[in-house]
Amino acid sequence: MLEITDVRAGYDRSSVLHDVTVAVPKDGVAAVLGHNGAGKSTLLRVAMGLLRPKGGRVLLDGEDITRLAPHQRVARGMAYVPQGQQSFPHLTTAENLQLVADGRSNGKEAVAEALDLFPVLRELSGRRAGLLSGGQRQQLAIARALITSPRLLLLDEPTEGIQPSVVAEIEETVLALSRRGGLSVLLVEQHVGFAMRAAQRYYILEAGRVTSSGEGGAQAEGAVREALSV
Amino acid sequence: MTVILNQSFTGISIGAVLLLIALGLTLTFGQMGVINMAHGEFIMAGAYTTYVLQQSISAAGLSLLVALPLAFLVAGTLGALLEWLLIRRLYTRPLDTLLVTWGFSLMLQQLARDIFGAPNVQTRAPDLLTGHISVGGVTFANSRLFILGLALLCVLGLTLVLRLTPLGRRIRAVVQNRDLAEVSGIASERVDRTTFFIGSGLAGVAGVALTLVGPIGPTMGTNYIVDAFLVVVVGGIGQLKGSVITAFVLGVLQAVLEYSTTISVAKVAVLVAIVAFLQWRPQGLYTLRTRSLA
Repeated sequence: MLEITDVRAGYDRSSVLHDVTVAVPKDGVAAVLGHNGAGKSTLLRVAMGLLRPKGGRVLLDGEDITRLAPHQRVARGMAYVPQGQQSFPHLTTAENLQLVADGRSNGKEAVAEALDLFPVLRELSGRRAGLLSGGQRQQLAIARALITSPRLLLLDEPTEGIQPSVVAEIEETVLALSRRGGLSVLLVEQHVGFAMRAAQRYYILEAGRVTSSGEGGAQAEGAVREALSV
Repeated sequence: MTVILNQSFTGISIGAVLLLIALGLTLTFGQMGVINMAHGEFIMAGAYTTYVLQQSISAAGLSLLVALPLAFLVAGTLGALLEWLLIRRLYTRPLDTLLVTWGFSLMLQQLARDIFGAPNVQTRAPDLLTGHISVGGVTFANSRLFILGLALLCVLGLTLVLRLTPLGRRIRAVVQNRDLAEVSGIASERVDRTTFFIGSGLAGVAGVALTLVGPIGPTMGTNYIVDAFLVVVVGGIGQLKGSVITAFVLGVLQAVLEYSTTISVAKVAVLVAIVAFLQWRPQGLYTLRTRSLA
């Protein structure tokens, strides 16, 4: 589905990613794990087109999308939930969702489906997103991404900094989405247990390099924890 | 009492002019953060559009009506061109933007001199707008009432576009978080150009209105640019309602001070008041509260 091949990337003169290769299987989940500063978010920014790589390629279903703008990638079926519960703070919850639905033939249904996933957002539709709690903003961010009916969803630490009750809800939603078919997921996550339950394949990133990778699943959790504890 | 009411109307009419010239800036400077020194020249372009139209349409009323949308298009196109040619390359470099747009403004002034000559020109106001009406001893100049109506209409139109239309949502989204807007499927560069088109177009409409209260000349925009920036800054960057309130408050303040002193003293006093206000409240009249700016 998505192939990130030999990618080198960084900010100004500093290099963050060094020849990183990661693949997301079709209708499957690939998890990228690693400590803070390993380059996980940078990898997603490259995948989404927010950061142009200094080398390497990004392929979506075989098409080279390395030089495409982010909105062009969205048009090709990619969606991205960035780190930090990002929203448009001065737009209401409803406007945050409608913004993405505008111009889509199935926009109304897509918004309704997204709200069915996170019913709390329905009650908060008139509230400005900047006034929502962190958990509510993260639910809004995931809902917004799903309105584009993506084939590939990039999730950057969806449970980071969220109260535990909402974390469970978000984890269940991500697991359910990844299992319903027609959607591939590239998941960056610190919670090893959740990541390994969701992923068919994992990659461990350390200092901008893939140091370990393998088949996912709960049985691989021990090996991943060990690799990360080094 | 009549004097107070007369001066209040004068102040409101000054405020309406301030509002019209600042309205476009609430988008290009207030929303996008671009210090566009050529905004005054877009006002000038709107004014000259009115002048050119009157050469071919002799009926002053009709030419004024046609001039409003045409000036919007002319000034808007100039703005979109400026954004596409120069500003889009300089979004992260505000000082360079200031210099480049200032250079662009000088070019437009010279272009106007080459085409229309250096001396000021005049347009004929429609008969309907040349008179005045008196209510209880208070005199309302028709042209000033027209400008007030036009300013309020533009505010209403801009508010509706920003609040209720997909374009408005896209404009606000790009302003608040460009990267997030892009990954939400919004072509942010196209939105930037459209925003600049509308902001500059509104300057053109202001130019049409200004032909009713003064002469048209190559440097007319320069006279208004500082006032326009002051209205937007004092109102609170990106806050339309702040700009509306500020324009009318400054207008009334100016009129009251002009009555009790002189025009020059009033100007200085208003500037001092603005400086004192910004010392006390640097963020301007209005700001939006959020838990997080992410």
